[in-house]
Amino acid sequence: MTLADYVIEMLNITKEFPGIKANDDITLQLKRGEIHALLGENGAGKSTLMSVLFGLYQPEKGCIKKNGQVVEIKNPNDANALNIGMVHQHFKLVECFSVLDNIILGVEPNKLGFLQKKEAREKVLRLSEQYGLKVDLDALVEDISVGMQQRTEILKMLYRDNEILIFDEPTAVLTPQEIDELMQIMKNLAAEGKSILFISHKLAEIMAVADRCTVLRKGKYIGTVETKNTTVEELSAMMVGRQVNFKVDKAPAQPGEVVLDVQHVTVPSKLHKNNAVKDVSFQVRRGEIVCLAGIEGNGQTQFIHALTGLDAMSAGTITLCGKDISKAPIRQRSKDGMSHIPEDRHKHGLVLDFTLEQNMVLQRYWQPQFQKGGFIKFDAVREYSDRLIEQYDVRSGQGSVTVARSMSGGNQQKAIVAREIDKDPELLIAVQPTRGLDVGAIEYIHQQIVAVRDAGKAVLLVSLELDEVMNLSDRILVMYEGEIVGQFDPKTVTVEELGLYMAGAKRMEL
Amino acid sequence: MKKKNQSPLLERSMGGLTSVIAALICIVVGLVLGLLFLLILDAQHAWKDGFVPIIQAGFRNVGNETLAKVGMNWMTVGQEIVEAAPLIMCGLSVAFAFKTGLFNIGAAGQYTLGAFGGMYSAIILHLPWWACLLVATLFGALWGAIPGLFKAFLNINEVITSIMFNWIGLYAVNTIIYGRGSGAMFNLKKAETYAIKEVSPQSVIPSKIFGWDMFQTFKYGSISIAIFLAILVAIVILIVLNKTTFGYELKACGSNAQAAKYAGINEKRSIVLSMVIAGALAGFGAGLYYLAGGAQWNPQDSTVLPSAGFDGISVALLASLNPIGCIFSGLFISHLSTGGAQMTQVYFPGEIADVVSGIIIYLCAFSSLFKGKVMGWLKGGKKAKEGQAQ
Repeated sequence: MTLADYVIEMLNITKEFPGIKANDDITLQLKRGEIHALLGENGAGKSTLMSVLFGLYQPEKGCIKKNGQVVEIKNPNDANALNIGMVHQHFKLVECFSVLDNIILGVEPNKLGFLQKKEAREKVLRLSEQYGLKVDLDALVEDISVGMQQRTEILKMLYRDNEILIFDEPTAVLTPQEIDELMQIMKNLAAEGKSILFISHKLAEIMAVADRCTVLRKGKYIGTVETKNTTVEELSAMMVGRQVNFKVDKAPAQPGEVVLDVQHVTVPSKLHKNNAVKDVSFQVRRGEIVCLAGIEGNGQTQFIHALTGLDAMSAGTITLCGKDISKAPIRQRSKDGMSHIPEDRHKHGLVLDFTLEQNMVLQRYWQPQFQKGGFIKFDAVREYSDRLIEQYDVRSGQGSVTVARSMSGGNQQKAIVAREIDKDPELLIAVQPTRGLDVGAIEYIHQQIVAVRDAGKAVLLVSLELDEVMNLSDRILVMYEGEIVGQFDPKTVTVEELGLYMAGAKRMEL
Repeated sequence: MKKKNQSPLLERSMGGLTSVIAALICIVVGLVLGLLFLLILDAQHAWKDGFVPIIQAGFRNVGNETLAKVGMNWMTVGQEIVEAAPLIMCGLSVAFAFKTGLFNIGAAGQYTLGAFGGMYSAIILHLPWWACLLVATLFGALWGAIPGLFKAFLNINEVITSIMFNWIGLYAVNTIIYGRGSGAMFNLKKAETYAIKEVSPQSVIPSKIFGWDMFQTFKYGSISIAIFLAILVAIVILIVLNKTTFGYELKACGSNAQAAKYAGINEKRSIVLSMVIAGALAGFGAGLYYLAGGAQWNPQDSTVLPSAGFDGISVALLASLNPIGCIFSGLFISHLSTGGAQMTQVYFPGEIADVVSGIIIYLCAFSSLFKGKVMGWLKGGKKAKEGQAQ
């Protein structure tokens, strides 16, 4: 094999941040026309490595080669000039521009300053046909689906004649069907000679689409394997450093008295005239995990906002431990024993510019334990935060004084889980508690949630991941267009059956 | 383990140090650019008649050559101190609102209302000085509350409302004081409000503190303990922001209102309270200035908003929003503008000082850039030392 077989080589890259070695002597070699997965837990150094490749960070040691030649990438423009393109996890699109305008943004074809969109349109149409990327060029980005937004991002890279395409956790935001489509697109791209770096922690996807896989763990290079010679178990062991249990171990549920009683709850929609949640009634008992399953956008978010007091509901009652809290403010609900792991950890869960310890007491800073006469007891806060960090294994560069923003997503989530569970609630509401997390962290959070159940508390889980729904819950409620359309026992129902209810093809009379 | 505990503390103290160094770099670069500006205007006189007076400011004696050699002129230093007090307060007002995520560009209006409240309770009600200060504070707080209420309940940007209420406040105050020439506070002969010193001596802020009569030292008419009150308030604000649950709530709202709401903090109340306190600080500043006895309000002439309100933004930014930093940046800005008046008027208009301070403030926008550099130097130095030690 000659050197030029590798289109991009990152050799012995080392990058340090205060208190943490994000990349420690990492080597990654990408062959022409292959799909190369980069696998690692949150905080393993995947994003840092890609930022180095993209010129956002300068490594302390190591070099980058393109086609065997050493290159220097000082900023993203250099990366672009070397035909390296990236689809970020959070898309970089102008919402109020059309798809076509977004694609040509920054490299607009023009004559004497006048736009020449016709050429651009032809080129984009040609590309979209060649690679099977279906987009509506004239639709505004804000009106199209997430999947189409992603295809727009891919077309952006292709329009710029990029040879090396980086996909940063591309499936995190997609529905199962869209994921299948994306996989096919990636295979087409590779077949046409593009080289793809696929960052992910979803093992099944890596096995399905990648040719080779490089594994990182805690900033270190663990190894590169051919996917056809490996198994999911082997990959996960490489990633986490131990064997991972994919099944959640739990004893059968022993439901006790009713903790949460929801009756006829209706929530108006902010987008249209219809109600987002229509006449929803159910109960959650002590010692059981009830899961609210459904496809994203079927009213789960609005229901949880009404339940936790973030938004008002227009009808119905909510009773927590026998007390009517339908109109209670958020603080009161929290005092009455409600804990809430929010769906969006950056929007609701954390004050990102606060330190970890300040975030750890976000729900409790006002309690006598942490303040006296309005003055914060800093020692008590530090002690408490240190204990949670230790107990829940929250990893960060500088412990309690780490700014939350600088922490990895998985550890941010662990911090929230620690805070909400340690509040010792009667009812734990966990919304997408493992979204975007790696298998190690998922396993851990699932164990914690089961432990809360086994301690005799009620758990309401909202999840879009069918694996999680089937594994973790004791009872499944399916929500479709704001209504509960089915109730199931996870031991007796199949995924296919659930899917029919989630898609609205079947419904039960409850 | 011990080392791990130390490094964050070190990092934090380094953060403070870098802020100070970055501010000093802003000042030095600003002064150099200011000097260049003077050189362009009139190269011959730029140094002696322009730049030197600005730098010396209160420490220069214009009238008496022999005195000038001795050093400082206590009287103009006194003037600097008197004018620094309201600047510090307006700086605190802006900094406090900033910390809680609001841009209080309405300090000028709150200051105007505070001035009115203070003068009214002095000239009409003859209240003692501390009560007058309290009224000034309340008026400022009231004027701050209005944009706060609009922001919290109608989601109207506080910048727009506070700018509008700046002018509403100014013209309302002018109209009431003037009263078509027959306003109760209006001294028709002098075309300004009655001098508080004459009509209500007990309303003037005293100049004696712990047996030290500041007037004996400075010989400046309106010198008073105002500067110490301003410093005291700065310390209180520092404590409120950093040590209390109230400050924690306000900062949480400022940083992420959604997360604050999720945590059960009443974010509407926090927004309103934050603006009320910012207004109170500006109003208190106006009280400190007008109740010192040296300034009167001219309702026919005052068609421009008091500059202290806008200079407060400069003070706050130069101080990197640190309340204690506001004390020093307030004194510095006051020093510069006093210096501007000391320039030889034949060659340079006094506004040049504003240009220089404007340049410095403009550079403050880059201070985060300087901060990064300074941090790099400090770290590089530290590492090199560690390397040598090993």
